[in-house]
Amino acid sequence: MRQITYPSSFTAFRKTARELLQQQVAPETILWSDSTTLNLSFEQNNAAQRATEASYFVARTFLDVAQTVACHRDPTKWERLYCILWKLTHGEKYLLHTGLDKDVVQCKRMAQAVRRDCHKMKAFVRFRQINDPTDPENPHFVAWFEPQHLIVKRMAGFFKQRFANMHWSILTPDDCVHWNQKQLFYAPGTDKSMAPREDDYETYWLTYYQNIFNPARLKTKAMCAEMPKKYWKNLPEAALIPQLIEKSMRMGFK
Amino acid sequence: MHIPICVQSTLKKLAILSDAAKYDASCASSGTAKRDSLDGKGVGSAGGAGICHSYAPDGRCISLLKILMTNYCIYDCLYCINRKSSDTPRARLTPQEIVDLTINFYQRNYIEGLFLSSGIIRTADYTMECIIAVAKTLRLEHDFRGYIHLKTIPDATKDLIAEAGKWADRLSINVELPTQQSLKKLAPEKDTHDIAASMQRIHEKTEEYKAAKRAKTNSKPPPFAPAGQSTQMIVGADDASDATILTTADQLYKNYRLRRVYYSAYSPIPMPSLRLPAVAPPLVREHRLYQADWLLRFYAFKLDEIVDNQQPNLNLEHDPKMSWALRNPDFFPVDINRAPREVLLRVPGIGVRNAGRIVHIRRYQALRWQDLQKLRIPLRKVMPFVEVIDYFPNKYALENQQTFAPSQIQQLELFASPTATITGEL
Repeated sequence: MRQITYPSSFTAFRKTARELLQQQVAPETILWSDSTTLNLSFEQNNAAQRATEASYFVARTFLDVAQTVACHRDPTKWERLYCILWKLTHGEKYLLHTGLDKDVVQCKRMAQAVRRDCHKMKAFVRFRQINDPTDPENPHFVAWFEPQHLIVKRMAGFFKQRFANMHWSILTPDDCVHWNQKQLFYAPGTDKSMAPREDDYETYWLTYYQNIFNPARLKTKAMCAEMPKKYWKNLPEAALIPQLIEKSMRMGFK
Repeated sequence: MHIPICVQSTLKKLAILSDAAKYDASCASSGTAKRDSLDGKGVGSAGGAGICHSYAPDGRCISLLKILMTNYCIYDCLYCINRKSSDTPRARLTPQEIVDLTINFYQRNYIEGLFLSSGIIRTADYTMECIIAVAKTLRLEHDFRGYIHLKTIPDATKDLIAEAGKWADRLSINVELPTQQSLKKLAPEKDTHDIAASMQRIHEKTEEYKAAKRAKTNSKPPPFAPAGQSTQMIVGADDASDATILTTADQLYKNYRLRRVYYSAYSPIPMPSLRLPAVAPPLVREHRLYQADWLLRFYAFKLDEIVDNQQPNLNLEHDPKMSWALRNPDFFPVDINRAPREVLLRVPGIGVRNAGRIVHIRRYQALRWQDLQKLRIPLRKVMPFVEVIDYFPNKYALENQQTFAPSQIQQLELFASPTATITGEL
């Protein structure tokens, strides 16, 4: 059994996976762990192993899926990816084409969860404006967001393209990203107290939300399917939901 | 930040004019020309999949700031809350107020853009000019690159429609009711021929734009509504059958290449006209119409396979594909490993995506029953209709109506049963 520490990034995984493949280490002989204190680390074993010179080529589609899966919060993703990589390079070249293998099914679900979270981040980030008295023309827009997966770096480009001419920051527990209209900067995660608590314009947004709602057609489950409750705490309009439902019930629609 | 001096009044107007806009179902923000603000001065990007920034408890997405410029109206359409004879509170936002709301909402990531509509004030042309002015200010003064959907006034002149398409991603004209007779009765000022003529104009301009894009000359053609045109029909305000509604929709898709026909279950409006039904909106019917619409557009069904003179209305118990399948038991079972794509698409429970995946997987291996589960195909629903190498359906299942009792169907489908559609319960 070989003990391997979970890689810290996709790049690190690539390096580890390449070395493991070159040494022909089968997935079932690896014990993955998130502990760095185990004394049988891969690096120490490394010298004892004789690496082969073989090089491996895998399909572009694997890299795409792997990069997406790498954003998943569950660290067992690395074991699954290595299993797939092993199978792809050991006689099951077309594994990804059918997508029916159990590791592939699991990884595709993980990738799907990451993509969904990315889409929800585009939708549910809410900026609040901070005015800078020394530069009133250039306010700072700051958002607090709690993504399900590790997607901040993956999504930064979207916000850069959309809000290129705004000074903005997105703060999350995992990573923070800042844009100064020229460059993106990353910083470690923070907590909610660092984000602004209010924005005067929210009154307009809440007014809009209340009035665009049609009380004659109550479909709460449909709403929750697309806007799961886990996101509600950072959506200012979500606080209105109970009273809107109540209004609709009072009018006799249920 | 631009907080208008008279805060109370803009808020009040926003409340009235968003309340007045909620009967328009469209909220699409997808499928337009790709762009971002990296080389611009303002905010905005568009061109990918649509983004729904929020959902209201009515289950509808909120993607755009959907608002009327004004709800004063010289028309008296009976189904409309803003008709001349209604005593609903009235308001009118200035172009600057709409522009400020749009930009400020967008900067905070509340919306993808603006969907602007209006009651008719003074004349059709005057109203259209006001709507265009808002879009033009957003694009030219603020370099706004987000999504703009403009409601087009059917009687507006050709030049104004051309101008609207220059600034908007999408244009729409609501046909409102499926027949000329209903329109005459309920919306006396509107005319089917005017609506058709305006749709035709938008269609021609869109085709011109597409042809210019294909021509690959060095200069980029000026855009014209790159996200196309859509329309809306109200369901349940008149006595039109589903067959009539779908026939009209089918013709609209064919004649004007509409991107979407929206069906809006008539909601009882506050202070309704006495000539309209005062009942809960027919949400199940609306849902079935959307399903039928999808069958026409993506599943190669023909209109007369879904509704005909004998059965002019859609079955509310079963979805239209299931209804067709039950009427055509001889078509089944379908062999998952051999049937062409268009046959797979006829199986209740197999959608466009899974039909494509099945065809792809078959090139590498034959499918088994458990593979269908991995594809997340609803097994109990497809069970009577398909065969794979290790499963053959009971040939009596299709004849046994018990198999399709609603109680069982409810467990399989999302929002498909009548009560689920109303309550939203899964």
